Amino acid sequence: MQLTINGDARMIDRADTVEQLLHVLGLDPRAVVVELNRQIIRRPAVAATPVAEGDVIEIVHFVGGG
Amino acid sequence: MLDIAGRRFESRLLVGTGKYQGNEEMLQAIEASGAEIVTVAVRRVNLDRRDAGGILHHLPPDRFFLLANTAGCYSADEAIRYARLAREAGFNEWIKLEVIGDRETLLPDVAGLLEATTALAAEGFKVLAYTNDDLVTALRLEAAGAVAVMPLASPIGSGLGLLNPYFIRTIKSRLKVPVIVDAGVGTASDACLVMEQGVDGILMNTALAEAQDPVGMAKAMRLGVAAGRAAYLAGRMPRREVAVPSSPATGMLD
Repeated sequence: MQLTINGDARMIDRADTVEQLLHVLGLDPRAVVVELNRQIIRRPAVAATPVAEGDVIEIVHFVGGG
Repeated sequence: MLDIAGRRFESRLLVGTGKYQGNEEMLQAIEASGAEIVTVAVRRVNLDRRDAGGILHHLPPDRFFLLANTAGCYSADEAIRYARLAREAGFNEWIKLEVIGDRETLLPDVAGLLEATTALAAEGFKVLAYTNDDLVTALRLEAAGAVAVMPLASPIGSGLGLLNPYFIRTIKSRLKVPVIVDAGVGTASDACLVMEQGVDGILMNTALAEAQDPVGMAKAMRLGVAAGRAAYLAGRMPRREVAVPSSPATGMLD
């Protein structure tokens, strides 16, 4: 399945949901926020939200800033 | 005591977390500054690095009040998007709103700022709006629902200090919400001068992170802020264009 994640095209297998996608990417769901096709996925919905071919996904977190 | 939207803080110094050499140095500098409110930015996770660079686990939420910013946003829509992401990522609905209008000076886009403040306040955000030192904009931001207005001392990261004390003083005298000067201070005397204008607080990042000794500068800034606040409360003597002797003019020898 091809996804666009943080601006880059990526082939991802074995991920049917946002939670599984984060697992495949090695990310802690509690440490990041996911935007799926411009829609923020609230934390409680991460496990149940499906990802599909062609989805545009942004994964963000807090970094140092002023 | 600094009171923003009904929440009280002991420290009038707010600090950023950007541009430090390492997280250990950052944490030591923040501790030395005494700051309770600490700003962070929202960015993409770097998926190709083992340490993705997140900062949250270095900033215990029981010790610091995290204030997310919308730094790097050049339109109201973009800032609103970042604010919503920050709310989901964080622990509160507070946002340090930046809508930048010019890449060279990083001066704010006033129209975008007002638009985003109105929209975010309606969504329940507590908006602390970074703005220029313009009174009319500050008044409009307050009217649009900002819980604090944050005029600059000078451009972000410039270290030029307080360029216009009169405007900052005027903004403070006219607003009901807290005025927190954000950006531009370079050293402790700048922070002191800012606080002498009577403002409620000050936010800085580069002045600490780019000091030769960030922890040492954080201590100095803490003292500078305290000294400036104390001087403001004490009330300075009037300025005069003539000298007035401090010692008696009488009783001199012939």
